[in-house]
Amino acid sequence: MGKDVRASKKSLSIIGGRLIDPFNGRDEEVDIHIAGGVILALGAPPLGFEAEHTISAQGLIVCPGFIDLSARLGEPGFEQKGSIASETAAAAKGGVTHLCCPPDSFPVVDSPAVVRLILDRTTQSGQCLVSPIGALTQGLAGEQLSEMAALKEAGCVAVSNAWQPVKNNQVLRRCMEYAATFDFTLFVNAQDASLAAGGCAHEGAVATRLGLAPIPEAAETIAVVTHLLLAEQTGIRLHFSQISSRTSAKLIAEAQLRGLAVTADVAAHQLLLSEENIDHYSSLSHCLPPLRSQADRQGLREAIAAGVVQAICSDHRPHENAAKSRPFAETEPGISSLETILPLSLRLVEEGLLDLPAMVRRLTVGPAEVLGLKSQGLMDGESADLLVFDPEKRWRVDENTLISAGKNTPFLGESMKGAVLATIRKGALVYQA
Amino acid sequence: MPLWSLLKVGLLHSRQLGRSKGNKMQELPDVSPLMDKMTEDLKQLLVSRAVQNPVMVGIHTGGAWVAERLHESLGLAEPLGTLDIAFYRDDYDQRGLQPQVRPSSLPFSIDGRHVILVDDVIMSGRTIRAAFNELFDYGRPASITLVTLLSVNGRELPIQPDVCGHELIIQAGERVKLAGPQPLALKQVKVNS
Amino acid sequence: MSTIADQQLQLNSKGQLRHFLNISGLERALLTEILDTADSFVSVGEQAVKKVPLLRGKVVANLFFEASTRTRTTFELAAKRLSADVLNINISTSATSKGESLKDMLQNLEAMACDMFVVRHAQSGAPHFIAEHVCPSIAIINAGDGRHAHPTQAMLDMYTIRRHKGQFEGLNVAIVGDVLHSRVARSEIKALNTLGVNEVRVVAPKTLLPIDVESLGVKVFHTMREGLAGADVVIMLRLQRERMQTALLPSEHEFYQRYGLSRESLRYAEPDALVMHPGPINRGVEIESEVADGAQSVILKQVNYGIAVRMAVLSMAMSGQMAEKNTLQVNR
Repeated sequence: MGKDVRASKKSLSIIGGRLIDPFNGRDEEVDIHIAGGVILALGAPPLGFEAEHTISAQGLIVCPGFIDLSARLGEPGFEQKGSIASETAAAAKGGVTHLCCPPDSFPVVDSPAVVRLILDRTTQSGQCLVSPIGALTQGLAGEQLSEMAALKEAGCVAVSNAWQPVKNNQVLRRCMEYAATFDFTLFVNAQDASLAAGGCAHEGAVATRLGLAPIPEAAETIAVVTHLLLAEQTGIRLHFSQISSRTSAKLIAEAQLRGLAVTADVAAHQLLLSEENIDHYSSLSHCLPPLRSQADRQGLREAIAAGVVQAICSDHRPHENAAKSRPFAETEPGISSLETILPLSLRLVEEGLLDLPAMVRRLTVGPAEVLGLKSQGLMDGESADLLVFDPEKRWRVDENTLISAGKNTPFLGESMKGAVLATIRKGALVYQA
Repeated sequence: MPLWSLLKVGLLHSRQLGRSKGNKMQELPDVSPLMDKMTEDLKQLLVSRAVQNPVMVGIHTGGAWVAERLHESLGLAEPLGTLDIAFYRDDYDQRGLQPQVRPSSLPFSIDGRHVILVDDVIMSGRTIRAAFNELFDYGRPASITLVTLLSVNGRELPIQPDVCGHELIIQAGERVKLAGPQPLALKQVKVNS
Repeated sequence: MSTIADQQLQLNSKGQLRHFLNISGLERALLTEILDTADSFVSVGEQAVKKVPLLRGKVVANLFFEASTRTRTTFELAAKRLSADVLNINISTSATSKGESLKDMLQNLEAMACDMFVVRHAQSGAPHFIAEHVCPSIAIINAGDGRHAHPTQAMLDMYTIRRHKGQFEGLNVAIVGDVLHSRVARSEIKALNTLGVNEVRVVAPKTLLPIDVESLGVKVFHTMREGLAGADVVIMLRLQRERMQTALLPSEHEFYQRYGLSRESLRYAEPDALVMHPGPINRGVEIESEVADGAQSVILKQVNYGIAVRMAVLSMAMSGQMAEKNTLQVNR
C-alpha cells in the first residue's frame, strides 16, 4: 500500500476551486499546482509546468488537510478493532492528513520502542501523518512518571494520561512539572475517577429513567478546575481533550482571559448529539465523555463559535460488532467518526453557528496551534497537504461506504451532506472519490 | 348411543335437507316451549340410560341460563355447576385471552358421576370439546350427556347433542345467540367472518 | 421518542403484548387488561384444579443472571399453572467467565426451541437488548434489570391496590426509601401515573433519590410527616446493608428513625391507608414488625397476587408472539 502512495506522487493541478486557507486568511477562487510533494504555485502555473494529473474543482472547496487531535487506530494491541492501514485510510477519506493517536494502545505508548513501532507501521501502510501522544505515567497507571524526555525525542507531540486517573494531586503536579521541563503540552481527558466511578451515561433525566449508572457533570468540571489551578502553578501548557459540559467551557474561557496557556477541543458529535440519543439503550451513542444535556451542547457550540474551544476533533474509536452488542453498560464507549467529521462540522455552518472559513479554521489552524506546529498553510514551497470537498454532495453512512474497520456510528443509515473528493498528503493523492 | 336416538338424528338430518332449499331468514322459535320439550326428552333419555343421580353443568353464559331452568324443572338435588371454558379454547394462539372470565364452579366431585352438560348453541363443536377437556381435568365422569337448546349447521368436529331443543340452518356470516337472563330469547346476529 | 420505540418493541402489529420489558410505552388500557386477566387467574388459584392448559407444550426458560429465589419461584409456579414446561437455566458467573457472550448464550438457547425467556439481569437494558437484538421472536419477560424496571412487581402492586381500594382515581400513593437503587420504584411510579392516581410521592433523603427524579412524575418529600399526609397507600422499599458502606446513609438506626414505617409514622397517613412492601422486608429497618403484620398491611397478599399477575403477563405475551407469527405466515 505504501508503494502505491509513493507511486501516486504525480504532479498535480487543482483547477477552479475555492481555496479557503485560514493559515493565510485566504478565501478566493484560485488554482493550485503541486509537484515533488510541495506546493509549486498558486494561480498561474509555473513556466513549463504540465500537471500529470488534473483535478477539476469547480464549485468545490479546497483547504489545508484536517488535523485531528484524537483518533484511535486499533493498532497496536486492538487489531480486532482496526489497523493503522485501515484507520489512516479512513482518515484520508475523511479529509484528515494529520492525526494524533492517544497513548492507551496496547502496549501503552510509554516507551520510545512503542513510538517507533507506530511510526514504522505508519510509514509502511499509513495514509496520513500519525503523531503519537505519549503516556504521562508509566503504563498509564497514574503513579510513576514516564520517560518523557525519551518520548519527546522519539516523536511524541504531547503527553496525556488518557482516561486513566492519576493517583493523587501531588503526583499530578509532579507530572506537570516534569512534562513542562520538556516543553510538552499536557493533553487532559478531564474526569474525576471517584465521581465518575461505574458510570456510563450523563447524570440526568435520561439516565435516571433508563436506570443507568451516572457520570455527573461535576466529574468533569472538578477535574478541569484542579488541572487549571495546578497548571497555573507549574506553568505547563494545558489542552483539554474532548470536553462535554457547558461549565467546563466557561471555566476554560475564564482561565484564558486570565492569560493561562490553555486550549480545548470538542468531538464533532458532541456538538450535534445529546443525552436523548442514548434513549432506548442505543449503545451506538455510548461514548466517553458521555453525551450530556441539550444545555451542555448549546454551551459547547457557543464556545466553538467564540473560539474558546479552538479545535474540532473526531475522537475516532473504531469497535468490532461484539463490543457494541451487549447490554448498554457493558458496551465499549466510542464512535467511529473519522469519515463523518466533515459533514458534521458542515452542519454547524448550515445552522449558522460558524461560517465556512471559521469551520475550516477549527479543523486546521486551531489544532495546529494546539500542537505548536509551524505550519504556513498552502503557500509556495510548503508541504502539499490538502483536500478537495463538495459541501453539497450527499452520501449515505452505512457498512459499505465506511472504510474504517469500525462501523459503530449512531449515524448509520443517515444521509450526510458534505463529502471529500480528494485528499493529498505530501503531494500524493491518498484518497480520491 | 341407543338406537332410537340414532334414528332420531337421522330423521332430523333428512328434514334439514328438505328444508335447506330456499330458506332465508327463519323465524326463531320461542325458548319456553323448547325448554319444556327438552325437559321431557332429557327425562326419557336418562331413564333409558338408567342414569341415576346425575349432576348438571352449564357452560357460561348462555348454557348456564339454560341449565338453571333445566336444573329446576328436573328437580336435581345437587347444586348446579358452571364452566367457563376461556382457558381451554383452541384458538388462544390466534385470538389471545379474552379477559372477561367468570370462574368455573363445580361444587361436587366429577369422579364416577353422570354429568349432564348444557350449552345454549352448538355450532362448530369446539366449545363442547373445550368443556370436555376442562371436565376431565376435574376428574373422570361415568358419562356425559350433552344437551343444547339449539343446534346450528357448521360442525367442524364430530360432536352432536343427545338432547336438542331445535335445529336451525343459518347462512354464512350469521350467528344465533341466546339473550338473557330474563327473558330468554334467541336472536340472530350478523358477524364479520 | 422513546415511548414510541418502547411501544413498538413490546407490542405486536395488532397492539397486543409480546414482550414485557417495562411499564413505559404501555397504555392504560393494556395495563388494565393485565389486571383484569389476573383477576381470572386469581379465581383459578382458588379452585381445586389450579392448572389451565393455555401454555401447554410451550417452553419457558428462567434466565436469572441475578440470584433470586422468590421471584424465580413465583414465575416458575405461574408458568407451571399454565401447563408450560419450565427450564431453570443455571447461570453462574462461571458461564460468563468462560467467555461466552450473552448474545451467544441466548442464541444457543433459542436454537433449543424455547418459546419464552424470563430474564433477570444486573444490567439495566439487558432484556431490551435481548428483545431487540438477539431473540425478537421469543417472548421476553423482564424479571428485573439493574436499576431500570421490575414491571411484573409493579403490576402485582397495582393489582393489590385495585383489589383493596377499588380504583386508582383520587389516590395519593407514597413510595418511601431507597428510590435511587430501586427498579421496583421506577416501574411503580410509571404504572401509578399511567393508571391515573392523583399523586405519586417519593419520601427519602437526598442521597437515596436519583437526579431529576421529578421528571419521573413524582413529588419529592424528605420527611414522613409531610410525605405521608393524606396518603392512601404507603409502599415501603427495601434498604440494603451496603448503602451504609457507600456513604449514602449513616446508619440503619437513623434511617429507621426518620424514614421507617412505625405505628407512629403510619398515623400521618390516612386511617385506612394500605401498607405495602415488595419484599423481602427488613423488620426494624424500613418497617416495624407490628405494622408489617398489622391490619393495614397487605404484604402477604401481594405475594399471592404475584402468581396470578405473572400468569396474566406470561399468557398475554405468549399469545401476542403466537399471533404475530401467524400474521407473518398468513402474509407470506
